[in-house]
Amino acid sequence: MSRSVAVTGMGIFSAIGKNLEENHRSLIHGKHGLSYPEILETVHQNLPIGEIKSTNSDLADALNLDKNHAFTRAALLGTIALKEALQNAKIEDFINIGFVNGNSVGGMDMTERFYREYESNPANRRFIQAQHPGFTTEQIAGYFGIDNYVTTISTACSSAANAVMLGARLIQSGRLDQVIVGGTDCLSRFTLNGFNSLMIYSEDFPKPFDSERKGLNLGEAAAYLVLESADFAKNKEVLGYVSGYGNANDAFHQTASSENGEGAYLAMQKALETANLNPHHIDYINAHGTATQNNDLSESRALIRIFKEMPAFSSTKSFTGHTLAAAGAIEAVFSLLAIKHQQIYPNLNFNSAISDTRLRPVTELKSTKIQHVLSNSFGFGGNCTSLIFSKDE
Amino acid sequence: MSRKMYINGMASIAAQTEEDLFAENLQSFSENIFPATSVNYKEYIKPMMLRRMSKTIKMGLVTAKRALNEAGVDVPDSIIVGTGEGCKQDTEKFLENILDENESFLTPTAFIQSTHNTVGGQIALDLKCTGYNMTYTQNSASFESALIDAKLQFTEEMGTRCVLVGGVDEIARISTPFYNLDGQLKAGEINTAKILQSSSEGTITSEGAAFFLLSEIRTQDSFAEISDCMIYRNISEEKLQEEISWFLKKNDLKIDELDVVILGNNGDTRYDHYYQQLQEDLFKNTLQLGYKNWVGDYNTVTAYACWLGAEILKRKEIPQQLKLNNLPLKQPTSILVYNQYLGKNHSLTLLRSL
Amino acid sequence: MTDLHTELKASIIEQLNLEDMEVSDIENDEPLFGDGLGLDSIDALELIVLLEKDYGIKLTDPKKGREIFESINKMADFIEANRTK
Repeated sequence: MSRSVAVTGMGIFSAIGKNLEENHRSLIHGKHGLSYPEILETVHQNLPIGEIKSTNSDLADALNLDKNHAFTRAALLGTIALKEALQNAKIEDFINIGFVNGNSVGGMDMTERFYREYESNPANRRFIQAQHPGFTTEQIAGYFGIDNYVTTISTACSSAANAVMLGARLIQSGRLDQVIVGGTDCLSRFTLNGFNSLMIYSEDFPKPFDSERKGLNLGEAAAYLVLESADFAKNKEVLGYVSGYGNANDAFHQTASSENGEGAYLAMQKALETANLNPHHIDYINAHGTATQNNDLSESRALIRIFKEMPAFSSTKSFTGHTLAAAGAIEAVFSLLAIKHQQIYPNLNFNSAISDTRLRPVTELKSTKIQHVLSNSFGFGGNCTSLIFSKDE
Repeated sequence: MSRKMYINGMASIAAQTEEDLFAENLQSFSENIFPATSVNYKEYIKPMMLRRMSKTIKMGLVTAKRALNEAGVDVPDSIIVGTGEGCKQDTEKFLENILDENESFLTPTAFIQSTHNTVGGQIALDLKCTGYNMTYTQNSASFESALIDAKLQFTEEMGTRCVLVGGVDEIARISTPFYNLDGQLKAGEINTAKILQSSSEGTITSEGAAFFLLSEIRTQDSFAEISDCMIYRNISEEKLQEEISWFLKKNDLKIDELDVVILGNNGDTRYDHYYQQLQEDLFKNTLQLGYKNWVGDYNTVTAYACWLGAEILKRKEIPQQLKLNNLPLKQPTSILVYNQYLGKNHSLTLLRSL
Repeated sequence: MTDLHTELKASIIEQLNLEDMEVSDIENDEPLFGDGLGLDSIDALELIVLLEKDYGIKLTDPKKGREIFESINKMADFIEANRTK
């Protein structure tokens, strides 16, 4: 990797905490954030979700927004997480900073609420434009005054991971020196019912990589990293480097992964290549691990193809649920926390390995030397992305 | 060191046909929402696949296949798509299902199709392309975001030889007409041909797709070169002028050397001033073309504008009905496409002849 | 051929968007998946919803679907045996 890409700040808001410290504390105490719907108005009261127990009013108040604001829930979560990241990285000047946001639900939380009212009631028409992901990004960028290069990636569950990858490439090419990357997605009836209609939603808490796993549970979250070139990161604390990345397409089926995890395999291979690392250099894998029958088996097979000796791995979706577009970002934060604190976070709810692969994730908090972490995010449309984060030595 | 991006194949679907465009036979509409011309999709897509596809996917897949065919490429190295609103009709379908059935008896097909990267995913599936695949949804800078990614690929050492890039958006039955309620669309009697002379707010909208096969290998059939692309979420008129000059200079062009500028005037009096200011000042001696009165305004209409620019450079012909000023022009060699929507997501794209 | 057989064929054509097909185009014992009609796993999910919505049969294991949806005959038999609507 020619120009290094340093992470100088991060921020996060998830069901296990409203900032870095709270998230970290939950991870080390094995305290997950799965619960039942209280804020999301749905008939499916029996489906566990990783819900952030703050209403939109709470969030808007925290940001001092005007009563007639047009912030979607994803924009509210994103703005709060981004605030922490920027403070962390001590960024005050936004003239040349870029912003790449991963988002797939967009403002559907508002659309599903007001869709039938728009015709008869003018009150909430400012949310008509809010349906699509780009609008959420604009709300967040507008709040901070980020005016130049701003874009949104929407590749379902790999969106934020792709945002990290693009940010790294923009810095390496010299096009930008500083980029904020990450993603945000909120819970909605649309996605809850969507995954339920695919029959891959679990009525129990998620059991990633377990032989009895019954499916995924959705969550909501936002997280951002501040990436800077070596020159700009010179006098700052470096939390780690984005040292490798890869994106590939499974090209097998619209939603299911191929049996031998071809897309996942290619993405991980590319990440190792760009990082100039061999598989044995990876100390920890933060897996995609959604706890669906299909993903966990397919991902396991891809991991076995790459790693002759399996490194320690876990899926932190057992803590937060699957946060869709934000997943790649919150898991990037967890990977960097693992590097910072030299520890591996457990894969909760695991009992017995998948008989085909016999892979066992880490199930208790583990302190160990960590130099390089691989993080996987695989989305609908066969979109597979792998990132490698490395310690600042 | 950036390698050049040649357009070796391209195709578009819009409210006007290519024939009508160059034969000065453009159609006018009396609605503020009008559809793209119809295509025989069965020629390109098997019925069992076609039955599930929204118009976004059909338009995207067909123009992608045509572009690849023209370039003589079976499988590109990367597929990069821009779409502002994705598969809007499927999103509407699933949402209405949820609302009507109170979250029960929901069928998954519409949900699966509703994620914005479905087009990119379907193209990859159809071509069995396992390469890099990305989807950008940055409102009216969606297509340009895809172009910038493509340009990055041409500076990287990953052995990229050719990239399929495109933009696509569709009209939806209920949610597009919502734009009548929040001021995006023009009210009252409509005559789309004359919309740029309008004195009211709002614009007209349509749908379409345009895909390009960009390669670092120049062939005798290469259309044109896409030299550069920039996006700005928010920018003042003054700063815009500075940026345009800097952008052209960066690409070894002075303002008076630029042959054509394709502008995104859409008849919305609140925001057309961005274009008018440039028409009266920076580009007063440049041939100016407008197109949105013929194909409407939608998030990825600039993909059509780039297709238009490349066609002009290849044919060395200007469609007369698009002229906004009356300057003569013999052989265009450079074209700048400038766009913004609702005063945001400004973009500059430079095309050059070969 | 009973009314149920015809009803099923019509529902399948509508639900799965088989635009150019008629009820008479589908044989009672023709394989619906793979080489016959060519339906796939997404269609199987759609048929599971159809079973519940129109016939009151709730199938919780999607894998059972492949056996039940093997052909129109198999579907009709299963529905007759288990319907609550």
